[in-house]
Amino acid sequence: MELRARSFRQRAAESLANPHLRKALSNLRSRMVVGRVASVGELDNFEDIREAARQVRDNALEHLDFLLEEFERNASARGARVHWAETSEDMNRIVLEIARAAGVRKAIKSKSMLGEESGLNKYLQAGGVEVRETDLGEYIIEQSGDTPSHIIAPAIHRTKDEVADLFEQRHGRARKTDISELTREAREMLRPHFLTADMGITGANFLVAETGTTMIVTNEGNGRMSTTMPRVHVAIAGIEKVLPTLEDVSFILRLLTRSATAQSISNYLSFTTGPKQAGDTDGPEEFHIVIVDSGRTRVLGSELREALRCIRCGACMNHCPVYQNVGGHPYGWVYPGPIGSVLTPAYAGVENALDLPHAATMCNQCGVVCPVKIPLPDLMRKLRERQFERDLRPWSERTGLKLWAWAATRPAVYAALTRIAARVGRAMGGRDGAIRSLPGGAGAWTAQRDMPAPAGRTFRELYAARKRG
Amino acid sequence: MRVGLFVTCLVDLMRPRIGFAALELLESAGCEVVVPASQTCCGQPGYNSGDRASAQALARKVLGEFKDCDYVVIPSGSCSGMIKAHYPELLSDVPQARADVEWLIARTWELTDFLVNVLRIEQVPGTFQGTVTYHDSCSGLREMGVKSQPRALLAKVPGLVLEEMSTPEQCCGFGGTFSVKFGDISARICDQKCDDVQSTGTDAVVLGDLGCMLNIEGRMRRRGDVRTRVLHVAEVLAGTTGEEG
Repeated sequence: MELRARSFRQRAAESLANPHLRKALSNLRSRMVVGRVASVGELDNFEDIREAARQVRDNALEHLDFLLEEFERNASARGARVHWAETSEDMNRIVLEIARAAGVRKAIKSKSMLGEESGLNKYLQAGGVEVRETDLGEYIIEQSGDTPSHIIAPAIHRTKDEVADLFEQRHGRARKTDISELTREAREMLRPHFLTADMGITGANFLVAETGTTMIVTNEGNGRMSTTMPRVHVAIAGIEKVLPTLEDVSFILRLLTRSATAQSISNYLSFTTGPKQAGDTDGPEEFHIVIVDSGRTRVLGSELREALRCIRCGACMNHCPVYQNVGGHPYGWVYPGPIGSVLTPAYAGVENALDLPHAATMCNQCGVVCPVKIPLPDLMRKLRERQFERDLRPWSERTGLKLWAWAATRPAVYAALTRIAARVGRAMGGRDGAIRSLPGGAGAWTAQRDMPAPAGRTFRELYAARKRG
Repeated sequence: MRVGLFVTCLVDLMRPRIGFAALELLESAGCEVVVPASQTCCGQPGYNSGDRASAQALARKVLGEFKDCDYVVIPSGSCSGMIKAHYPELLSDVPQARADVEWLIARTWELTDFLVNVLRIEQVPGTFQGTVTYHDSCSGLREMGVKSQPRALLAKVPGLVLEEMSTPEQCCGFGGTFSVKFGDISARICDQKCDDVQSTGTDAVVLGDLGCMLNIEGRMRRRGDVRTRVLHVAEVLAGTTGEEG
């Protein structure tokens, strides 16, 4: 996907001015946030499981090299072909080569964020392979020429009425407004593609080293059809997705679906181990697994390593006050919200996503709900430090911080300056004690807020006066 | 018991009465309170903006300021959280400071937490006629575990009735420099807080951090609400909400 993280500020302003988006995002809060509390509450030891999940993910990242080799051995033994891609371009090329070698004309695709990273659909289409998104949200995105704004619910920024208009226009059928009718219509449009596709492309929520299994978590059944119906199945996965055992997968799933969609379990869990075997009634003739680095090794060796624990539940964005108000598009790449504010600069370079690590109130609601305890505000702060060290922040900001520290480490100077500021501020506040307009950068505060005026004397001077009696 | 009061830079400059309310609460509970005259800022603005060197300089200054105290008490969840949750990481590359950091974080308390869990006070000086709702400031809640303490104390204030808003733990949108870097997003987040407060119909929203206070009060007034008061929990408990300053 094209990187547009530099325009966060401008696109956030557009989001704030969009009433449809506001309506769509209000559903997110009521459904995802409220639902999660009840769902997590079903477990009496959620915090213990969370800590155990953190350890399992850390342990897997620690032994990534061994686990990936073990995965390759076991997957190969069951007849899968394992391919290694260093970059997302390599991945695109490998998938197209597989398609060409197998004479594929049409591919159906289940949702994959890695596919979004690499722009796989466009690449395959340019290479002569027709690609159809089959996840309902992704289908809406595809039909409207849009980009996803959430990793679990890609079309969360669209209201039901917008989807009704889109379907009416694209399908040429009578406008429907009932969600189940809209869903049925999308199924009817997709069904012929499921029946005629030669290739199914899926992501992978996890790779299981001990069995060589890829697995996906879905709700709509499109993933299951993508893994079983076409004669070729290609699963694409980042190197960080590997877990040692099926047992690890099963208990991390208890956190994943609850954190993601407030479900105790999703409608479908598809485990794929090798292609169709002798005696199987269905399954693909060829099964390829493309394991992709695309910047992950670099992150693994950096201070942002903990971000690779991510199991893509989306809870951090659902709970982020910034995301809740601007949606996913301003973040400008595949991963929005707090995890995007870490992963986008980590993968694309801090200089290419200057605003993202700053676009957070550091409220740590994301860190509290993260099922694998990624300390997202701490990682954003590390990115802020890298920006500051490299002089990537505006001159006024850097100078302001230096001046503040210079004065605040000199109590006498600081006392004199704050005495002046307290008096000037008091005068600016006038009779009702509210400053309506501040100069310079602070004007961003008073554009939409008053600044309550200071009282006129600092605590320290009043305290000293009281001491003197 | 010798208690060092760190009033915080915002209280010092903007609302001295909150510092005096904290002083009153501690003294009325029998503490000997010292207020080091050299205190300024805990270093949080630099720390959260990536200016690690500035933050370290201020943190090291704080380390030296309360050495003759048994406790350090702060009327702010965010500044006490800065010390307790972040000084160890901030000063991790300054090995000679390690002992001082451990000493300080073991003695640092947010004000209401200290009143409830160390002093175990039974009574508070203040009275309040009216209804209030309580906003949980993020750092106090998530770094310092401040949730039940202010409510337990407010329950002791004669005349005060607490009515919870629907999402008291939702961020108000302040976020320090975020409020200026992304003023429009910050104000929109704050609108939800203002709506939530106003839907309770209470006379005041009470909270424990001055940054959130300035944000919520500033947005409320700009929206035209001049009725709902925005009060620091210390001034409610001390009974000084009617005072100037």
